[in-house]
Amino acid sequence: MSYLELLKLASPEAIVVLIALAVLAIGLTKSNPKPICSFVTAAGLAVAAGAALMLPGQATLFGGKLVISPLNTLFKIICLALAFVTVPLAASEKSLRNSGEFLAMLLLGAVGLMLLVGSEELLMIFIGLELLGLSLYVMAAFDKIDIRSAEAGLKYFLFGSTASAFTLFGISLVYGMTGTTALETIGQKLAATNFQPLLAVGVVMTLIGFAFKIAAAPFHLWAPDAYQGAPIPTAAFISSASKVASFVVLGKIVLVGFGPFHGSAAWHAMIAGWSPALAVLAAFSILLGNFVALAQTNVRRLLAYSAVAHSGYTLIGLIAGGRDGFSATLFYTTIYAVTLVGAFAVTGIVRRETGGDDLQNFASLAARSPFAAACMSIFMLSLAGLPPLAGFFGKFYLFSVALRADRGLLWLVIVALFGSFVSLYYYLIVLKFVFVEKSREARPLLAPPHFVTNATIAILAGAILFFGLLPQTLAARILNSLP
Amino acid sequence: MIAWTIYITFAGAVVILLLPRIFAHWIALIATLAGFAVSLETFFRPDVDLAHFTTIVRVPWVPALGMNYHLALDGISLALVLVTGIAAVSAVLFSWDVVDRAKEFFFWLLLVVGGAYGVFLSADLFLFFLFYELVIVPKYFLIAIFGSTNKEYGAMKLTLYSFFGGALVFLGILAVYAATGSLDLNQLAQFQFSPQLQSWAFPVLFLGFAVLAGIWPLHTWAPTGHVAAPTAGSMLLAGIVMKLGAYAGLRVAMNLFPQGFQMWHSSFAVLAVIGIVYAAAVALRQRDLKFVIGYSSVSHMGFVLLGLATANVFGVSGAVLQMFSHGVIGALLFAVSGTMIYRRTHTRDLDALSAMNLRRTLPFAAFTFVIASAASMGIPGFSGFAAEITILIGAWKVYPVAVWIVGAGMVLVAAFTLRALKRAFFDVDPAMADAASPQMEPITIPEKLGAGLLMFATLAVGLYPKLLLDRIQPAVETLRFLK
Repeated sequence: MSYLELLKLASPEAIVVLIALAVLAIGLTKSNPKPICSFVTAAGLAVAAGAALMLPGQATLFGGKLVISPLNTLFKIICLALAFVTVPLAASEKSLRNSGEFLAMLLLGAVGLMLLVGSEELLMIFIGLELLGLSLYVMAAFDKIDIRSAEAGLKYFLFGSTASAFTLFGISLVYGMTGTTALETIGQKLAATNFQPLLAVGVVMTLIGFAFKIAAAPFHLWAPDAYQGAPIPTAAFISSASKVASFVVLGKIVLVGFGPFHGSAAWHAMIAGWSPALAVLAAFSILLGNFVALAQTNVRRLLAYSAVAHSGYTLIGLIAGGRDGFSATLFYTTIYAVTLVGAFAVTGIVRRETGGDDLQNFASLAARSPFAAACMSIFMLSLAGLPPLAGFFGKFYLFSVALRADRGLLWLVIVALFGSFVSLYYYLIVLKFVFVEKSREARPLLAPPHFVTNATIAILAGAILFFGLLPQTLAARILNSLP
Repeated sequence: MIAWTIYITFAGAVVILLLPRIFAHWIALIATLAGFAVSLETFFRPDVDLAHFTTIVRVPWVPALGMNYHLALDGISLALVLVTGIAAVSAVLFSWDVVDRAKEFFFWLLLVVGGAYGVFLSADLFLFFLFYELVIVPKYFLIAIFGSTNKEYGAMKLTLYSFFGGALVFLGILAVYAATGSLDLNQLAQFQFSPQLQSWAFPVLFLGFAVLAGIWPLHTWAPTGHVAAPTAGSMLLAGIVMKLGAYAGLRVAMNLFPQGFQMWHSSFAVLAVIGIVYAAAVALRQRDLKFVIGYSSVSHMGFVLLGLATANVFGVSGAVLQMFSHGVIGALLFAVSGTMIYRRTHTRDLDALSAMNLRRTLPFAAFTFVIASAASMGIPGFSGFAAEITILIGAWKVYPVAVWIVGAGMVLVAAFTLRALKRAFFDVDPAMADAASPQMEPITIPEKLGAGLLMFATLAVGLYPKLLLDRIQPAVETLRFLK
């Protein structure tokens, strides 16, 4: 294989790396680099997405280190799009100095996302995770003046590096048992062996690393501080693109790599394997996330705990397994990511105007900015799973797939339904502040945010409504891209 | 044609948001009138097959999951579409004085109405559930923003109860879907579910629906919600929303699970009888006029549930007739107490009202309330009598004891209605008899029109119940659980 051909197949990654270097250089030379850096970043991400569209349908390089398949390409584009909508958030964030560096980190994170999504080999996945992780640690601690930002960065870093150690340990055990790091070969080898305790340790350790990444309880402890303390664009990026990529990889690892050790999470017939482990994680996340979110007074913290719960819901698709289950998980996590970027964008507007992001800061938002209030209600109601928004279809898809795959998963579906019942309360509390509550001090009308910010929020809200009314457009695409 | 009720209503909601505030009232009136006109046109068309749930529209929606945009019509749904139209038009007329945030108000109001039309016409379980849940959130905003006494508490309580019922329904629907892979109500009505599934899925589904119908002991949202709601809100709650639950219980739970229904119907009959008597007894002790009417709603809806539980043609037809009848009467009672009285006197306390000599100052309100009370007590000539006597004839064949208890309950209904009527209008203090009565704004034309429409509806059906029964009964006879 010639290098030119390799470069063609890795062109999206290559473009983003080049743009990252260019943005870094521009940021160093210009005196007011923010507008031009943002523009170059956005354009670069768009070009990379275009390059991803041009990729061939199927190719496997270096034993799975770089795999091009419809699924991987689709999710590369989705991750690039999520990074793209994060750029206007970063551009409108006044507290971010050195925006060139921030955007370069964002781009490097995007490379990490693409490596994660585009690889079916454990070592490469680990490299992708680390590249993504390191960029996110820096981005979380980027607001040097804000002590909360520093706390967010440090906590995220400490938990993240510990989780990486777990993952690496797990991977090494799996490698020791099977003699390979390519997911597909691991799957074939495992199908021929019995379930051994050492392998169970390897599987569980690997899962722990990912449970940290997707903030599933009890590995969620970094999330509230990171969501609350990190700069808004970072928080949006952590909760959206990083989560989507993690679910894609987690799905591939458990369904392809560890496929033979699926086990069973059915209530009366649990069989050892990864699915009961994930089921316990899911149930625990749903209950803990939703109940703790009830007590929050800060919107970003509330979103963090609800993120824990949503990770729990999303895991249900993987537990159900199969093509339908994976597709439901991917649909749900994509929709969730779009929603959260939007919610953080609105939170960003409120924070800039009122200086905080507590519930009280949202009081009477409806009077001050009907547009932001309307979009916020779309995001919150989609998270709560109310029609006709995409979150509703996502939940229906997930739960119906789970029940159809295995009637024994009824217990998990009941837990999830109960959780989403509880969650309605706190989402409504946010909306109550937006629409009903009067703010303590008289605040003027919101100065209209930059029209790019407004347009981004409008597009995200529109997407939630569109995918809610016509879920087929996204669901069929995801389902067809799965082998 | 009748499908346009849904489209016109939602289109009206969108147009209200787009145009300036001064148009909001008129657009809402035009949209609801158009919906009402469409339903009337279908009602009087001779060539419509009302005996079977006949498909009107069927378009593939999410083919991968077997979801269709599927609407259908039979006599039962037509009767409920008609009462939705009547209640919606009069609710808009009685909200003519809403000025503050009028756009939002009528937007939410039309969403409730459009969602209700959707529920009554859906023949696809997913579509049905989508519309069913769509009604929940607008109610919250209508009450929490525009309501009166203890509005935030009442709104949240109502929403959480509805959503709790919704979660049960969701579970039941998932169970149906997992067992059959189909969501088409007509197909499902032919499907033989296993008795084991029916024995647990029926109570889960029926109870979930019955929460919205105000079944004892899950009725407590209704009085507080009605009291907290603005006039139009309580009119829609009593006129439409409570019917959603009863209709859905009949259309989905009972029709899909005939054996489950056989196992459970006497338990639900017991709950219904307790509801009728208990709510009437509680209403007797209320001081707030709206609480009296709120509890009377629960009592009247108990008749609906009792009729459904009889499982014979008389009882079920009577239940549908009672849904129509109570929709009209409940709306009328709330219109008088909420707009005609409360807006002018700023109190609903019966003691305070009795000192105001309202018979003199608001003769039209007194007249309307007398008519509404007579209809509510079940005086022959009004729709309430026709419906309740049909239900009792049906119940006599199955539960003669229940009829005796309910008969005693009806005395209580008469007692609390007469008490409220006397205290509010005819309790003239001799010392006050000659004093100059306080000047009040005269009853406006929209109020007179709205009251006239509702009074006409209850009289027309009361004097000639065949008008509705001829359309309801054939549809009831084809339901599976009666064969």
